[in-house]
Amino acid sequence: MGRNPARLAAAAAFLVTLGACGGNPAPAPQTDVGITSNSILLGTTNALSGPAAAYGTIANAENAYFTYINGQGGVNGRKITFKIYDDAYNPAQTVPLTKQLVEQDQVFATFSGLGTQDQTSVRDYLNSKKVPQLFVATGATTFNKDFSSNPWTLGWQPPYQGESRIYAKDILQNHPNAKIGVLYQNDDYGQDYLKGLTDGLGASASLIVDKESFDVTAASPAAQLAKLKAANADTVFLFATPKPAVQSLVIITALHWTPTIYLNSVSNPQIYMAAAKKNGAALANVTSVSYIKDPTDPQWASDSGMQQYKTIIASCSTCKPDDGFNIYGVAVAYTMVDVLKQAGTNMTRKNAMDIAANRLNETNPFLLPGIKVKTTSSDHFAIMQEQVITWNGTGWTLQGSIIDERGTLK
Amino acid sequence: MLQRIRRAPPRYWLVGVVVLFFIGFPTVISSFLASEWAQALILAIAIMGLNILVGYSGQLSLGHGAFMALGAYTSAILAHRFKMDLVATIPIAGLLTGMVGFVFGIPALRLSALYLALATFALAVVTPSLIKRPAELTGGVQGIILTQPDPPAFAQSAYGFLTGTAMTSDQWIYYICLFCALILLWFAWNLVRHRPGRAMRAIRDGEVAAAASGVNIAGYKTLAFGISAFYAGIAGALFALAAGFVSPDTFPVSLSIQLLVGAVVGGLASIPGPLLGAVFAYFLPIESSQWVPNQSWIPDQIASTVKNAGPAVTYGAILILIMIFAPNGIVGLLHRGYVALNRRLRGAADRETGQMPPNPQTV
Repeated sequence: MGRNPARLAAAAAFLVTLGACGGNPAPAPQTDVGITSNSILLGTTNALSGPAAAYGTIANAENAYFTYINGQGGVNGRKITFKIYDDAYNPAQTVPLTKQLVEQDQVFATFSGLGTQDQTSVRDYLNSKKVPQLFVATGATTFNKDFSSNPWTLGWQPPYQGESRIYAKDILQNHPNAKIGVLYQNDDYGQDYLKGLTDGLGASASLIVDKESFDVTAASPAAQLAKLKAANADTVFLFATPKPAVQSLVIITALHWTPTIYLNSVSNPQIYMAAAKKNGAALANVTSVSYIKDPTDPQWASDSGMQQYKTIIASCSTCKPDDGFNIYGVAVAYTMVDVLKQAGTNMTRKNAMDIAANRLNETNPFLLPGIKVKTTSSDHFAIMQEQVITWNGTGWTLQGSIIDERGTLK
Repeated sequence: MLQRIRRAPPRYWLVGVVVLFFIGFPTVISSFLASEWAQALILAIAIMGLNILVGYSGQLSLGHGAFMALGAYTSAILAHRFKMDLVATIPIAGLLTGMVGFVFGIPALRLSALYLALATFALAVVTPSLIKRPAELTGGVQGIILTQPDPPAFAQSAYGFLTGTAMTSDQWIYYICLFCALILLWFAWNLVRHRPGRAMRAIRDGEVAAAASGVNIAGYKTLAFGISAFYAGIAGALFALAAGFVSPDTFPVSLSIQLLVGAVVGGLASIPGPLLGAVFAYFLPIESSQWVPNQSWIPDQIASTVKNAGPAVTYGAILILIMIFAPNGIVGLLHRGYVALNRRLRGAADRETGQMPPNPQTV
């Protein structure tokens, strides 16, 4: 034959190399886009700049948690890579950046995208591409409520309507004769809260003596608060994002008015309370709710979950450990990792969605004791429990026990 | 015909090459990149309109984002509430916005440069709030979600024949944007080289002199506003089409500023300027925010600061550099380079006798 043995050996070597590159000849059926044998690719859009840049730290805290998990060997041997893009809280930028995550970076899922409008703008796109849009960082009720029409989208935090239903319960229990004035932001956010309060009060909705709306772009809600005072309200609800909420707290004191104040949880982190205090707010009788452990609360100093959080967040050089947004990020990343762990060897988008929507059932070390992250085949709201907190002058004090609203939203 | 083609000046050939490039471009890049270039083309259309107003007629506008919003919402409402075909709404959105712009141009006649800038700025500021009000019509804060059209059969088969792959809706939208951009570019080209363009430039360079020469000042100024708003309206409608979503936050004040920056950087009073300006205004913020954090040689602290400050830092720095070294924009810079090269090639002999290059400010 006269075959050159050297050439034959080279050909054999080539074939062996080819075989090695090809890996396991049996196709692994249980993986999906964004998953390799040793990695999982997730992506997010968040506001690292722009008007809502205060939220940007959430993405960094989530990344810190994934880094921590990777340091322990990852999820079933796969390390998590997390792509963070800055959409500046502008839906016009969320759309191309999300396309980039899906089509160019080929992520397994988008995780914890920020903002109601921003995430609404890509919900149809992600659902049509069948890419999981998991645990969006907004409490708009629609993200869990409309799961049947958007089966690739889920929220995580308690929905705004659930929160204000808890306020309604507290009012009916502790202030059944309250004269309620409501200040709400004139957008889906404020209206979501208002609807929950009205529904929660039910037959007692007549306790609301006046409700005033303001535009988030308005200079200040002073005129509306003066009207609520003139309507003789003795209890005031502030359904407002941080800036107008802080302004309202200051204005209430300036009006020499001392109502019982219910402050929505979005605006209750310590930094905003400190800002209100610095500008002259009395902060007497302020009530809110919480479901996450407050990093500034001394009662958690020796708590194992809090200590774990402090270790995790130390790896993020730009994250302030006392910022409530950071423990939020770590807590939601914990649930994401839980979903991936549960998926085990069946790492498909469909299976991940199935677990997130129907089979979450866990306690989360960063949430208040007793709060469960739970979904069932008929209830896709992950967190529906919160505890009432009151402001003690320097921090929040937990009151009573956990209030459970599970099952009230469908 | 052949004679005419043979005698065509070189810049016509350049135009042909650029057009062919843009037509062939999506066949070699990913569908995602095509959608990004579609966005850049949309910005180019809006900037082209702004350029007619600012560059040629000399009126400053800081509120073109508002006209884009009007166009986008017209298109979205027609498609969503009245079930019209999304592509068919584009000219309607343009005409309606053009009419509004024309009407807005009438009070603008009484405002001199700075006050006009403020008035248009106010328009950009109030627009997001105004959109929220008739919530049944505009969808309020939640905005309107639109279904992106699938490519029609003829486009599908043509694209499939050329590349052998299926056409995505992003690629189809790119071609719609390119088609609109080419028509509007051709229209702008003709406009500025004929009577209206000359009249506008005359007004810009000296209102009294223009009036003395019989130019209808009020007429041409409002016309410039109308045409400019027409361009912005088309851009807005395409924007709604490409994003598949409109909401009040989609049209922040910064969009209007971005358009003006694009017009100035590209080169005022030039036809190719808006295209270059749009590529700059669209890609630089994206690239700078994604490039900086990936550079290992930049110390972590600086990188994270730049990342958190967003694209603004790099964007600002490059903008300052351009304004120092290319005060007439990118087109001005290219033109200067071309003239210098030409002189050197021709030699010193006819340096003084060579044809005077046209001033980029007036061509």
